[in-house]
Order: sequence, then structure tokens, then C-alpha cells
Amino acid sequence: MMKFRFRRQGADPQREKLKQELFAFHKTVEHGFPNQPSALAFDPELRIMAIGTRSGAVRIYGAPGVEFTGLHHDAATVTQMHFLPGQGRLLTLLDDNSLHLWEIVPHNGCAHLEETLSFQPPSRPGFDGTSTLPSLSRVTVVLLVDAGDRAVLGTEGGSVVFLNVDTLTLLEGQTLAPDEVLRSLPDDCRCGKALGPVESLQGHLQDPNKILIGYSRGLLVIWSQTARCVERVFLGNQQLESLCWERSGSTVVSSHSDGSYAVWPADSGSALVLQPTAATTPYGPFPCKAINKILWRSCESGGHFIIFSGGMPRASYGDRHCVSVLRAETLVTLDFTSRVIDFFTVHSTRPEDEFDDPQALAVLLEEELVVLDLQTPGWPAVPAPYLAPLHSSAITCSAHVANVPAKLWARLVSLGEQQSPQPTSSASSWPITGGRNLAQEPSQRGLLLTGHEDGTVRFWDASGVALRPLYKLSTAGLFQTDFEHTDSLVQAAEDDWPPFRKVGCFDPYSDDPRLGVQKVALCKYTAQMVVAGTAGQVLVLELSDVPTEQAVSVASMDLLQDREGFTWKGHDRLSPSTGPLPWPAGFQPRVLVQCLPPAAVTAVTLHTEWGLVAFGTSHGFGLFDYQRKSPVLARCTLHPNDSLAMEGPLSRVKSLKKSLRQSFRRIRKSRVSGKKRAVNASSKLQEANAQLAEQACPHDVEVTPVQRRIEPRSADDSLSGVVRCLYFADTFLRDAVHHGPTLWAGTNSGSVFAYALEVPVVTTGSEKRPERAVEAVLGKEVQLMHRAPVVAIAVLDGRGRPLPEPYEASRDLAQAPDMQGGHAVLIASEEQFKVFTLPKVSAKTKFKLTAHEGCRVRKVALATFASVVCEDYTETCLACLTNLGDVHVFSVPGLRPQVHYSCIRKEDISGIASCVFTRHGQGFYLISPSEFERFSLSARNITEPLCSLDIRWPRSTTCDSYRLQESPKLSQANGTPGIILAPRSCDRSPSPARSKGAGDTLEPSEATLSPMSVDSATSADTTLDTTGDVTMEDVKDFLSSSEEPQKNLRNVAQDEARACTILIK
Amino acid sequence: MNRSFHKSQTLRFYDCSAVEVKSKFGAEFRRFSLDRHRPGRFEDFYQLVVHTHRLTSTDVTIGYADVHGDLLPINNDDNFCKAVSSACPLLRVFVQKREEADGCNFGAGALSRKRRVLAALREEGLRRRAPPAIGLPRDFRPVSSIIDVDILPETHRRVRLYRHGCEKPLGFYIRDGTSVRVTAQGLEKVPGIFISRMVPGGLAESTGLLAVNDEVLEVNGIEVAGKTLDQATDMMIANSHNLIITVKPANQRNNVVRSSRTSGSSGQSTDSTASPHSLPPAHVLQNFHPDEMESDEEADIVIEGALVPQPAPRTQLAPPGSLTRINGASLAYRLNRDLTLSGSGREGNGSIHRLLSSLKADPRHSLALPPGGVEEHGPAVTL
Repeated sequence: MMKFRFRRQGADPQREKLKQELFAFHKTVEHGFPNQPSALAFDPELRIMAIGTRSGAVRIYGAPGVEFTGLHHDAATVTQMHFLPGQGRLLTLLDDNSLHLWEIVPHNGCAHLEETLSFQPPSRPGFDGTSTLPSLSRVTVVLLVDAGDRAVLGTEGGSVVFLNVDTLTLLEGQTLAPDEVLRSLPDDCRCGKALGPVESLQGHLQDPNKILIGYSRGLLVIWSQTARCVERVFLGNQQLESLCWERSGSTVVSSHSDGSYAVWPADSGSALVLQPTAATTPYGPFPCKAINKILWRSCESGGHFIIFSGGMPRASYGDRHCVSVLRAETLVTLDFTSRVIDFFTVHSTRPEDEFDDPQALAVLLEEELVVLDLQTPGWPAVPAPYLAPLHSSAITCSAHVANVPAKLWARLVSLGEQQSPQPTSSASSWPITGGRNLAQEPSQRGLLLTGHEDGTVRFWDASGVALRPLYKLSTAGLFQTDFEHTDSLVQAAEDDWPPFRKVGCFDPYSDDPRLGVQKVALCKYTAQMVVAGTAGQVLVLELSDVPTEQAVSVASMDLLQDREGFTWKGHDRLSPSTGPLPWPAGFQPRVLVQCLPPAAVTAVTLHTEWGLVAFGTSHGFGLFDYQRKSPVLARCTLHPNDSLAMEGPLSRVKSLKKSLRQSFRRIRKSRVSGKKRAVNASSKLQEANAQLAEQACPHDVEVTPVQRRIEPRSADDSLSGVVRCLYFADTFLRDAVHHGPTLWAGTNSGSVFAYALEVPVVTTGSEKRPERAVEAVLGKEVQLMHRAPVVAIAVLDGRGRPLPEPYEASRDLAQAPDMQGGHAVLIASEEQFKVFTLPKVSAKTKFKLTAHEGCRVRKVALATFASVVCEDYTETCLACLTNLGDVHVFSVPGLRPQVHYSCIRKEDISGIASCVFTRHGQGFYLISPSEFERFSLSARNITEPLCSLDIRWPRSTTCDSYRLQESPKLSQANGTPGIILAPRSCDRSPSPARSKGAGDTLEPSEATLSPMSVDSATSADTTLDTTGDVTMEDVKDFLSSSEEPQKNLRNVAQDEARACTILIK
Repeated sequence: MNRSFHKSQTLRFYDCSAVEVKSKFGAEFRRFSLDRHRPGRFEDFYQLVVHTHRLTSTDVTIGYADVHGDLLPINNDDNFCKAVSSACPLLRVFVQKREEADGCNFGAGALSRKRRVLAALREEGLRRRAPPAIGLPRDFRPVSSIIDVDILPETHRRVRLYRHGCEKPLGFYIRDGTSVRVTAQGLEKVPGIFISRMVPGGLAESTGLLAVNDEVLEVNGIEVAGKTLDQATDMMIANSHNLIITVKPANQRNNVVRSSRTSGSSGQSTDSTASPHSLPPAHVLQNFHPDEMESDEEADIVIEGALVPQPAPRTQLAPPGSLTRINGASLAYRLNRDLTLSGSGREGNGSIHRLLSSLKADPRHSLALPPGGVEEHGPAVTL
């Protein structure tokens, strides 16, 4: 009876309205570099660039912040893309031989990238006999002529067909069959063979009547469309790869499959058949690979650029990915680390200009985009403001820091500029500048930290739509690794020819896997940070604006505490370099603590006010006073039966038990056979075969389809001692009167340890605390009965708010925590959330997520959600990501479910593992090794592209220029499911909410697309099914929750400055 | 005190409130009677028996033969009352010396068995060996039960497994499968979750209430339809301390047959004949209450560390081993009960000790702590 009354609380209309004002789910923007790019296009008039991918996504980029995204219905590879210059339209050719026309469309005052037309060429002659459409074999090349009105398609069969772009229909009667070309050739040029597929089509800039057609077998013709005859014939004798028609039309350059290119005069005299003026194999004389693409760009200052990809000597450098830039005598071979997809130059295309005058060369590679400034001597690379290759070394962890103080931000920016000098002249800055970013200047600075496999930590500006690299910190220099000087050796060993130049930063090869960064924590007020890695290294660093040379103090801590009977079979610890080391300006290491055994660090936390760093591994956790450089506490969390943790990561592949069993079996087998094993090849072979057979037919358990064992977690499960989270808090652990520093640690087996810390008090006026030892005394041990891994711990103050970060309260940056009311500790395990009172640890509220939903908690964070309606109204909630990829939001401390959305596919394990929440209700997760998807749970705090593009193309006679705005993304570029706007519970809720949600999905209205609007909140009621779990806590929560809004309103003034702690685990 | 025992009454004055008692010790008989409605307390009865048999110096056990002829113990008020009330009309009481009684078992067939044993003993004479000392069962604890019989369709079975304090593994596996449902459109194949394997000796097997190929319909009141195998696994593990699973047994012959609809507790039992496979949640809520479930559910264990002595007088640390630092009366009761429950096993307080030692596996876990500091004060457990 009671239960029904309380369950109705979920449908409380006031609360529902408030929920809609607070929560809304959007996937807003993808940061980083598109995964598996396959095509590139550039519009020189609008100065926007398009990248197509193998999954059928189209991304358009302009100035930083200007981004458009689209996704083809079929997930086919985008093979070619062509902008209709100045029109904001794009023609794409897919792998399945279909053509698609995309437009940046204004729609109800807003706009987005939209597919308007598509065209599947008929592949066979009409069977019904009535179709007059010519058969079209595979389209090989596309050329846009007549200012984009018509498209010329070259096909595999050798014919050239014409297409009306506005309607995407074939223009019949204009088709140019290979026979027609052959007929108009002089007799001596006919060789009796077919011409082969059309390999290249080029238009003349000034004379649209002429088309240069290159056939695969090598024949090039200039075709006059009006006269329908061949004007010029160039007889190439090599397989054609690519063509370029020079701006004035007087020169044609062709590249070939044997690594050569030829220059042909196109306007000399009246001869029909012409011979090349020059044919060179730039990297000869030995056999070379094909030159896939060649460009010829003239310069006003005389001479010209020849830029081509490939053509490397097959034997010696055939595996290199190169683009060569040749101007007069200067040749530079750009040596990339990944495959070259395509490249273009940014140059003048106005017909009145006589020369190309290329400003920049943009090369799209498999893993990054590199832009070179061609106007500055030396052709330096231009740092990209977006499309950063996040995965230049694999991302191993990430963390988000919100509200970065302006001072630290400025220091980071200037340090970043020292690391990679920005171009001085404005002319040589980023050349792709189309569109205008209309998004407001972000109200606060957000920093995304990514730790990488090679021991670096990268700092990214995550405030806006474009994820901009700020600063890179490398920890590898502190350690001696075997691979240190390989780079320089390789460089020295190479000859001067070809003149290689390493370009790009994508470098997936890690020197030493032990360098990998596992956890990062940054204190934004003191600019101190801690970086912890795979080999148990914990590095405390401090930001310095000047280079120094100093030794790093090294300490090691034995987390086993003389525990007997364990041997570590994993990797060794890293050996630090001794003596003073030179450190550039930036984050400089101060203290290195090495855990023993050197297992990967699994949790780390930093408290700069107390000068303490805590770290945990699979064996235990330690507390280190980095100010006095002395260890405070080491605690082993291993269970005596846990052999797996001790053996290190190597043995995880095959357990000791298994290998023992196998070897016993082998022995038994040999005994059964009854004869001594002769050590010869045949018996070895037999043995190997026997082993194979054994592996091939596993036990009957594994034969049965899929089954799961139902067994509660027990204390001696393997890896139960892994420390999952660490947390510092100033709270009441001993008694309700005296509060003080505490350290909390949670393990994989549901144990929580709370230590009371004795930290000498900082005397006023001095930054450092007195030189007295810090003491730690065990205060409480909590064993959660369900034994699920503890994912996060947070202490809530008297008002139920999370405690502020170090220095926030003491520097008046945040509202001081309420020390009057009773504190509570929120312990989030993989199965449930629980709030316990302090100092007496007794359960207050809880929510058993796994028991209800069958999902487990993966990531948890406390976040503040601001209302879209009332600027000052905020609520602190618990955001959680589950193993099914759903995001749930719970009230704190009541732990009532608020909303839930499906966010990540549950199969995308790496995406779920990489998720990071921000403290204002946004989040990031990796959708590919190189891309972060950004999403927001907050209805107010949304970071999404808002940009305009001036399009010249007049579609209506009344206006020439559209002010276009990109909408919140309606589709996902990488093929992950789109936004679920109407949550599950819509089925139950009354129709208004539902029709609203559905309407928004199908027909984006203005309201939907403006992020600040109330109506955009499409999060209808998503109450979880709370069947069977209404406890007394819930009752209490119900009673207090009605007061909560008023309480919150009372506190609004203080709330403004208030921030909450984020748990990023 | 012995007023309720009408020693002098004879059978000739038979009145329905008197129960004739025939007490046998060895070859001796004593006869007396008890008041059927006011039998008194067990202790008084014991004194009476000892007195009438003149056995004051020896320790004896008392048993009686019930209607089925089984020898059952009389060792507390409850079973004494039961024995008196169920006597028809004669209550046959057997008195044995304690050391002798240890050899024989109470229970079904014990009487007849005993006769044979005694006959055999007489032949064997003095060569008999002392039997292993097995105490009388003092307390019982449920390990499983079938619940909500009145509201479930007869084809379904709701089984509750009490894992709490049990040393056995739950011991079963589940798998994906398909089941056939009757719907408006006719027969339809739908994915379902089935029990695929029983671990020999596990709790699930020993109850006999679950079997391979039983279809799992609900876990603790939440339907598993539409959930993946992994989700169902997680739900079961999350509820493993007190698992309630509703199954559709593969073998439908052993179903509980409800006597009649009218005899049910209320009108609830007019249940889901319309959609027998989706039980309305109302039934779930009305019958097993989550609060109730939670009452003997996981209480997380908190161990107070050896903090600096506190001024508060209530922190009297208990001597090691006796786990008595109590927070509230009900919790204390539960703790005590749980401890005695777990203590009733072979290992005394072993399980709780093991639990504690697993918590503080390393006594020297803290640098700041003096070695053995925790042991000195002894861990106090709060629930």
C-alpha cells in the first residue's frame, strides 16, 4: 500500500518539469581525427574542407569551431568527394557506385548538412527494353563543369557520361563512348586495343568547353564538347595514374605507374598528336612505385611547384608513405608515418588571377592531417587548431578538469607555444578558414588530460567545439629505457637521397610499455600534478615557467608489507636516471615514488593543501608526503588466496592452475603410452599435435552454448585486492565533534578503508606546513556484504553536497562545506550506491542498481546540473555509466533515479572504459582510437557547433547569403546509434511528452535546435522501475525531497560559486 | 509448582483434559498424567520424570513416540507442549541416560531401529564401541523455501534460497534458450533464460527445488524477459545473499496443487490466467516485502580501527572474540542471532573469525600502527 503511494512520486508533475529543465541528453560533437578517412575535398571559395570516411561519414571543417557532420545511409566507403565551389554543396561517390549530393541546408532558420539527392547509376542495360538509359559500369572519376551544373563521370568501361547535378539525372545523348574517341584519332595512334578505364578527367579553368580525358592505358585526349571531336592527342606509353592541367591550359602533366611523370605542351602549334617535353622518374633509375597523384602549381615569382605522392624506389623505400614537393631545384620528400589518402593545395582560383600561388599544402593521411605552409621558406608545418590525432600514441587514460583558473590557463598556453612555435605571420596561419563560429566564448575553461602509452600526458583545450592541443608533457625522459637513441641512429644511417623529412606526430610505437600513463590528477590551483604509470611509478610534478636542471628524489614503497609467499612475475620497475637532469619549462618532476611490486597503478589522488599523494595498485595502497619526501602509510590489500595478483600481468593470459593441469596431463599421457619419449622431431611433432587436439576439443563445459555461473562474489576471488579508488576528505571519522583529514580507499572486493590523518596545520602566511611527520591511523574498515568492486567514494557535507576540492574553500573559490550538519559518505560499488552516516558508519540510503536493472556500474561522477529556466538553480547529482552503455542520473543524497539514457553501444567496451564525466554534466568517450564523442546530460550546459557560412550560390532570388547554423547533431557520424530522444518510459507516460519527443526527432523545430530553450529538453519521465525496493530510506527521501527545491532556492546565492568534486575513476 | 501434574489420578477417572503418560526407563515403567490444556513447563516435567524414576543424580534425555511411531525429543517447552497435545490418548515417554542416548538418533523409524540395535547390543555384550558423540540438534535454519504459492500459477514456482551463513555454493548455471508461449497469435517462440547445470553438492541442488532446464522468469520480483543472459547473471549475483527466483519447472509433475480457490487467504489468488507469463507486479509486492527481505540481508561490516581513545563513555571495547559493540537493539538482536547461527556449525565462530581475518589479513597493515595494535584492542564489530 505504502509503496504505491511513494512510487507515484516519480510522476510528480512539478518534479517532472524540473527534471526536464535540468537534464537532457545530446551527443554534441566529435573531437579528434575521423577514424579511417578515405576521401578529401576542398572548396577554395568557401575555404572549407570535407573528409569522408570508410564508414560513410562526411565531415566538413572550416575555421575552428565550424563543423558539419553527415552520415550516408549505407555504411559504404566514401571514395571521392567534390565541392560545388561556393555553393555549400558536396557530391560524394561511394564504394557501391552511388552518387550523393549533400547540402548545407537552412531549415526553419537553422541548418545542417543534409543529403538531398542520391543516384545509383544503372549497372546493366535495361532489361525491359524500354529503358533508354545507357549502361554505366563503375564510376572511376568525377569532374564538375559549368560551375557545378553538370558532372562528368568517367567509367571503368571507358565511356564518359554527363550528369545534371541539380537533379542527379543522366544527360542522355551526351555520352562519349570510347569508340567515338577512337574514331577521331589518327590512324597511326590506334593500336586495336581498348582504351581502358577512364583514369582522370580535368577541366580547363578558362574554357569550360574542353575536357582533358586520360585513359588507363596511357592515352590522353583533349575533347571539345561543342565540336564533339578530339582537339589534341597525347600518346603516353605508361599506365596512367593521375593528370593535372596547368592553370593557363598550356601544359599537362601526367603521372604513371612506373614512378615517372611527363610534362606535355598543350598549346604548341596545331599538331594533333603531341610528344612530351619532359619525362622523368624522380626517384629512378631503379624500379619505382606508382605516382598516385600529381599537382602542378604555378607561382607568380616564377617557376612552379610539382607535388606528387608515391614514386619511391620500390626496393629501398617502397614501404614509405611520402609526398614529394619540388620547386625548381628544391626537392623535399615528406615522410609520413601513415598512408597518404589525398592532398590538395590552397591556392587562388579566381579566373582573373594568372598564377596559382599556392599558400599551403594539406595532406590527409590515414591517421592525421598535415598542413605545410608553402609561402614561408623551409615549408614549415602549420599546427592544426582541430583534427588533432588524439591517438598519436594510444590513449591509456583521460581526465577532465573544469573551471581552470585563468592564470594556469595562460601559463599552459604560453608553454604550449614554446613547445610548438606558432607561425609568426598571419598569412601563414591555418588556411582553412571558412565560416564563422557563432558559439559564445565558453564561460569557463575546460581542460582534458589524456595519458598515453608512451608516457606522455597531453593537455587539450576542451572548452569549445574544436579540441585544441595546448601542451604536452613527457615523463619518459626521467627513465632509462633501452630504446633511447634509436631515432637519432636511424637518422644518421640514412643517406641524403631521397631528402626525407619527417612530418606529423602520429607515432604509435611505444619505446617501453612500462612508461604508459595509467592515472593522472591535476590540482588546478597549485599547478601540481601526479602522473602514475604501468610500472608502479608515481610522479609528482610542478609547473615551472623556467627551465631547470635538478635531480628528482626517488623513493620506493613496498606495498606487500613483508607478506610471505608471493612472487612477482611481471615486469621490472623502471630505472630512473640518476643525477641532475635538465628540464624544460613546464611540468617538472619533483618526486618519484615507485611501488613494489611494480604493478600498474590503479588509483591515484592528490591533496596539495596537505602535500599528500595516495596511490594504489593491485596489491595495496600507499600514502606519501611529497613535501617532506617521506612515506606515511603502506597497506596491503591482498587476500592470501589471491595468487593471480602476485604473478603480474604476464600470467594473466594463462593461469598457473591451467598450465599445471596441462603439464600433468602431458605427463600422464606419456606414462600411458608406456615408452620413453625419444627426443626427436617426430615425437615432438606428435606432442604438438596432441596439444593442439587437446586445445581443439575443450571440456564439455565449454561445448554447451553460453552459460553463466551464479555464484556470489567471495573473498578469495582473484584480483580482489585491486585498489579501485582513493579519496581525501576533511570530515568526521573519529567522532561527531572533531573533523580532520581522512583518506579513503576502496578495493575490488568491496572493502573500504578509512584512515584518520594527522596533518600538521599550515601556519597562516606561509604556503608550506611545518616540518612534522604526517601520521595515519586506521579509523574504519567497511566490508560491503555484496563484495562488488568499489568504484568511487565521496563525502557529502551537512547539506548533502560533495566536499570542495583542496584550496577551493580556503581561497574562497567555493562555498565552504557545511561542517555543522552530519556528514555522510557515498560509496558507489559496481552493484549499488550507498550513503552511510559519519562518523558512525550506518547505512542511510541506497540504490541497488544491479538488482533492478541487471547492469553494473562502470563510471561514476558527481556533477552539478543547472536549470535552463532559472540561472541560479542547480542540483548536484550522481551520473553513472553502466556496462550496458546507459547513463543514469541519481539525486544525491537521496539516491533516487532521475533520468537515464542509452549512450554507448554495450559492445563498445573501449568506449565505455574511456568515458570521462565533467563536473557540469558533460562527458567524453572514445568512439574510435582517434575520436572522442562529447555528450551532455545537462539541459543547460551544452557544447555544440554553432556556425555560419556565407554561401554565394543563390537558390532563391531574394537573398544571396544565408546565415546558417548547424543544429545539434541528429545523426552520428561513426555509425553508432543516434540520440535516443524518447526514453523508454514514454510508453507509460501520457502522450504530450511522447509526441514532443517524437516530433523533435523527426522534424527538428527551431526550439529543438536552440540549446537554451526549455522545449528542447526532450527528456520525458524516465523513472526507473523501483519495484520491490522501497525501503525506509526512500520514505525519508520522499519526505525531504519536497523541501529540497526550497532549500536549494534559499542557497542559490551561495550555489553560484559552489562547485562539486568530480570523481573520475 | 507441580500442581498441574495429577499424580494420584487414575485412569478410571478418565476425563478428557487429562493425558495418560507412560514413562519408560530401561525396563521400568512409571505412569502418571498431565493436563492436556495446561501441561506446564518443560523443566517441571523434567523434574517430575527424574523424580518418579529416582534418577536425580544422572543426566537424562527424554523422548516420546508421536502418532507415526517416530521417536522425537522433548527438550524444550515447545516440543513438550506438542508432545502433550498430540498424545492420543497415551503419551509414551522414553527416558535414557544422556551418555547412552547419544548413540541413538531421534527421528523417523528410530524406535524400530533402536529395538534392533538394542537386540544386537545384548548379543554383542561389552564389546560395543563408544559411538561418536553427536549432540542433539538445537536449532534449525531454513535453506530454501517455496513461497507465494497462493498467488502464482500452478505451473510456476517461486523459490527462495537462503544463502546467508551457508557454507555451500549456490551452485547453478544459467543459459540462453527459447521457450514457447501461447499468445493471441498462437504459439510463439521467445527467448528465455534457463538453468543449464547444477553444481553437485551446491545449495541449489540440495534443495531439490530447481532443476536443469527450468525456465527462469523472475529474479527477486523483477522479470528477466527482455534482459540478456549477462544482465540476469548480474541480477542474480547482486541478490545472491537472498535469492528469490521464479521458475517454470521443466518437470511439471511435482507442482504444488492448490486445494481450492475459496480456501485461499484472500481474493488475490484469482491470478493471472489471462497472461500467465507476466505476473502483475502487484502480486509481487503484496507477497514478499522488500523490507522484510532486507532485514536479514547484507549488513555491511564495519570494523572500528584502533583510533586514539575517545572520551565518549559508550566506547567500551569488548574482549576479543565476543562481538558485542551494539548500535541498536534490533541490530544487536540480529547480530547475536546471526552469530549463533553461524556458531551452531561445526566450526563455532569460525566463519565470523574468518571474515574478520580476511578483512585485516595483515595485522601490520599500517605503518603508523604499533605492531599488533589491532589485536590488542580487539576488533569490535558494528552492524
